[in-house]
Amino acid sequence: MNGSTIIFYLLAALTLACGVLSVSTRQIFRAAIYLLFSLIGIAGIYFWLQYEFIAAVQIVVYAGGIAVLIIFSIFLTQQAGEKLPKQKIERKTFSALAVFCAFALVMLQVYQHKFPASVAGASPSVQVIGRQMLNVKESGYALPFEVISMLLLAAMVGCIVIALRNKKEIEPQRHQDTERHIEIQ
Amino acid sequence: MKPGLEHILFISSALFFIGVYGFFTRRNLITMLMSIELILNSVNLNFIAFNKYLWPGKMDGLFFTVFIIAIAAAEAAVAIAIIINLFRSHHSIDVENAEELKY
Repeated sequence: MNGSTIIFYLLAALTLACGVLSVSTRQIFRAAIYLLFSLIGIAGIYFWLQYEFIAAVQIVVYAGGIAVLIIFSIFLTQQAGEKLPKQKIERKTFSALAVFCAFALVMLQVYQHKFPASVAGASPSVQVIGRQMLNVKESGYALPFEVISMLLLAAMVGCIVIALRNKKEIEPQRHQDTERHIEIQ
Repeated sequence: MKPGLEHILFISSALFFIGVYGFFTRRNLITMLMSIELILNSVNLNFIAFNKYLWPGKMDGLFFTVFIIAIAAAEAAVAIAIIINLFRSHHSIDVENAEELKY
């Protein structure tokens, strides 16, 4: 039991405990914070595996981007201090049962399967990753990279269009407001 | 006992099923989105573990992880735009009240 092993088990416990709390707490803001810690725990596991690039991407995109996005949307949609309604006990029991059975089945398969002798290789450097990602020759990932960039652009435009307040919705409201104002006067 | 591939597979499948449990039990759209993020993260962990322990010379799992993270970010942004729009028109983000999305 050396230091690296202890760190691994600590990170695993942090990730799983925060994940469980995130799906079971009844206060939605706390759920978002637990999710944030679970994502940071996963980034720690990437660091432990010596995939520093992926760990950095995980922290930047998930812990820095998506978690903040979720917290802001909670602020926009939820009343402060309001708890989520209680769920039916049957629904909870049956989903826990189904999930536990599926988990047991998967772990049974994993432990029965003989993986080929696993040798942990050295992690690739950022230079190697960049060279292969933008390579247009064999085993290069330039095409998916461009496709993802188009997808991100489309998602950005789509978000703006969806979240845009409709002008026609605002103007009748204003009209009603002025009418009310006049009536009051 | 030194942690190996099985340990990481245990974490990732546990995280996957925690996300599935949340998706089954929650009825609030934002918490369901959080469960989906957990599921996507477990998939990423799986890709990285297989890449590290079974194909150490290649980097395909790593690239799949990078692309999944990018797609997850786009998906979360679009989902939150839809949720905020739904909240504006219905003043609720409960899935039971979101039936009109079908039509």
